[in-house]
Amino acid sequence: MSDGDFVISREDWSLHRKGEIDRERHREKVREAIKKNLADIVSEESIIMHDGRKILKVPIRSLDEFHFRFDYGKQKHGGQGDGNSKKGDVVYTDPQKGQGKGKGAGEEPGVDYYEADVTIEELAEMIFEDLGLPNLEQKKKPELASESVEFKDVRKKGIASNIDRKRTIIEVIKRNALKGNPGLHGITPEDLRYKTWDNTYKYESSAVVLAMMDTSGSMGPFEKYIARSFFFWMVRFLRTKYNNVQIVFLAHHTEAKETTEEEFFTKGTSGGTRCSSVYKLALDVIEKRYSPQDYNIYAFHFSDGDNLVSDNDNCIKLINELLKVCNMVGYGEIEGAYYYTSTLRTAFKRVNNPKFTSVTIKDKSGVYPALKKFFNQTQGEAAN
Amino acid sequence: MNSKDELRVLEDALQVINAKAKELGLDFYDMFFEICPADIIYTFGAYGMPTRFSHWTFGKAYHKMKTQYDYNLGRIYEMVINSNPCYAFLLEGNSIIQNKLVMAHVLAHCDFFKNNAYFKNTSRNMVESMASAAERFREYEFEFGRAKVESFIDAALSIQEHIEPRLMIKRGENLRKKRQKEKERTCHAERIETPYDDLWELEEARKDTSKDSEKVKKFPIEPEKDLMLFIIQHSKELEDWQRDIMSVIRQEMHYFWPQMETKIMNEGWATYWHLRIMRDIHLDETETIEFAKMHSGIIQTSRTRINPYTLGLKIFEDVEKRWDNPTPEERERYGRSGGEGKQKIFEIRANENDISFLRNYLTKELIEEMDLYLYKKVGNEWKVDEKDWEKVRDGLVSSMTNGGYPYITVQDGDYNKNGELYLKHHYEGTELDVYYIEKTIPYLHSLWGHTIHLETVLDNKSVLFSFNGEKSSKKFI
Repeated sequence: MSDGDFVISREDWSLHRKGEIDRERHREKVREAIKKNLADIVSEESIIMHDGRKILKVPIRSLDEFHFRFDYGKQKHGGQGDGNSKKGDVVYTDPQKGQGKGKGAGEEPGVDYYEADVTIEELAEMIFEDLGLPNLEQKKKPELASESVEFKDVRKKGIASNIDRKRTIIEVIKRNALKGNPGLHGITPEDLRYKTWDNTYKYESSAVVLAMMDTSGSMGPFEKYIARSFFFWMVRFLRTKYNNVQIVFLAHHTEAKETTEEEFFTKGTSGGTRCSSVYKLALDVIEKRYSPQDYNIYAFHFSDGDNLVSDNDNCIKLINELLKVCNMVGYGEIEGAYYYTSTLRTAFKRVNNPKFTSVTIKDKSGVYPALKKFFNQTQGEAAN
Repeated sequence: MNSKDELRVLEDALQVINAKAKELGLDFYDMFFEICPADIIYTFGAYGMPTRFSHWTFGKAYHKMKTQYDYNLGRIYEMVINSNPCYAFLLEGNSIIQNKLVMAHVLAHCDFFKNNAYFKNTSRNMVESMASAAERFREYEFEFGRAKVESFIDAALSIQEHIEPRLMIKRGENLRKKRQKEKERTCHAERIETPYDDLWELEEARKDTSKDSEKVKKFPIEPEKDLMLFIIQHSKELEDWQRDIMSVIRQEMHYFWPQMETKIMNEGWATYWHLRIMRDIHLDETETIEFAKMHSGIIQTSRTRINPYTLGLKIFEDVEKRWDNPTPEERERYGRSGGEGKQKIFEIRANENDISFLRNYLTKELIEEMDLYLYKKVGNEWKVDEKDWEKVRDGLVSSMTNGGYPYITVQDGDYNKNGELYLKHHYEGTELDVYYIEKTIPYLHSLWGHTIHLETVLDNKSVLFSFNGEKSSKKFI
């Protein structure tokens, strides 16, 4: 061949997987990085407010390819206009959200180069990996399902131990009758019938979770946000891991009321705080609808702890009541901008029961540890 | 059309395009065209070469390209590899007319690779050497563990841009010359002799003395730009397999470097020629429309970046026009006689790189016609900051200096008489990304084994970043 000649061909590339293999390694690394940063990711606004989008953008920085480079935000870059551009024209505006997230480097101005795409299911799987309902017990009313085996069908083939005698005898009688020699005699292999099984759900224990949230005036946007992100993951977690767990949403300020899930996550109220109101309501709900004999009952309450001091003793009394009927009672206190010396948490130090767990959350990264503490499956066993 | 028929049609088309390209003066290596599915093209795009070693960063790049393709946000139509013979990959599923355009485009790329001065010393059998390096890396994984090899590659890649491209060219040249001499002394040298060769020899002589007197106080004697090489040669930390990995990465960077510094020219050249060739061959009406669509997609401009295809094309076309029809002044002052357009652009493609290309041929008229500008960040907004043509031109040129990477040299390999490494960023008005400095220095530490210092400038003050293996610190000096 002299220079400039050519060959054109088509090969079979189906075994060439290099890109896919390294892509998989990259994905693994993304997952490792996400796991390392779960505490920060769990309370990301973009996730809690993800409004039904399937793919989430999760900020992770450990997957950058670091090298010495110029500060993109301090560099001048070249661009091309449509013919009339003037000094001072705006070429691009950084999106307002995600402020303070870094210096917006990357190829395009304002692109968050370190965001990884992850589906909410994947994220949930990582978060829930070692979470579970503690102290789960067998209850009478069968609603929480687990898998079991049920014999339902009859077939001509099967294993000897599963022979369906009744059906086999019917077959023998039928065959003999058709031959004009009625009666039960002479079983042949064709007469044999076998039982076969199906996988099915067996209902054994059931659970109800009471989600209680303080929506009083002292709960600022931050406190509400923290409480909601906790409940967001809690609800998701319960629905992912358990087939039939019921969740009751209770909101309170000085008075408590039951809300829909949507109201619970979206509506804010104001006014003073009397936490006992919600404990009282919880006890009512349990008494009316969820007998402790039939249900595993869990109660979680989130508040900023700013309660009427006169109400605290009442709260302790009611919490103890709740502890009698619940598998677990959790209290989460969000330490906001104001610091109160006498908070509900201080009062709850007097509650002495292994089924009672309390956590304090100071910032966004506290949500994940709170989840881990509340839904630590082994904690009950350790306590019992 | 079944794939066999398609292949035949493409072969016929290529026959025509090939003949036309040669007739118009393009000069390329033998071409291997291969039609392959999207993931394969994207693999090549991400790795820069079908046979390169494995690493998650390529997986990341692949993922990004593949996703953009899957969501129809962008696509690569072709890949060309600078090798002899030249490999070009066509995207399966391209229409015939798309592939015709791509083939014309690709022939011009190959002409560029073969004839541009900056590619003179690139290895033309990189396909094979990358394959064998990849094989060795795989063996290292077996021997030393995948995680260990992977994190070493992470570290090596973090400084891969810090090489001295010109040095390599010269060294490669000398090596080849030596080999040639050893062989027979009959063949003529591959490189054309120039009156300036003695200058190179001076450089070489200096290098040699520096090696002989390594015991001299200063180390290195002169600041060294090739940080990769410096570490390969002088780090006491590295094992043989690690030195090998670094050498491979450095060599591959040398191979890719000329492509980075001639991006605008090379894409402009290829675009220029696919236009000319496609205009010259017969297209029916639908083909013409489809061709026009694809071409306009290629040269689409953006407010936030310079499209190298468009800029390169415009400059080549402008030069051709100006050398074909010089103004009376140009005739008199530069002795241009007119009608020299073709000759001139071929000359440019042989001798220039992007920096000299823009510096010499991006005119005031072109900048104004194309409405080029510089923009920068002001608060949350990115605003047009510069419209003055000289400043725009100079800004574009300076952003390409050293491949667009910070210029860093090794000042001292035995700083504090303690084996510490002292690096200096040669500040030219743009600050480094501090977060990235702090994340990169630990990689360097793992390669060098002792404390690393980097001197740079922040807010017009000299700053020294240091990392001693445990803590990083920053102080004004």
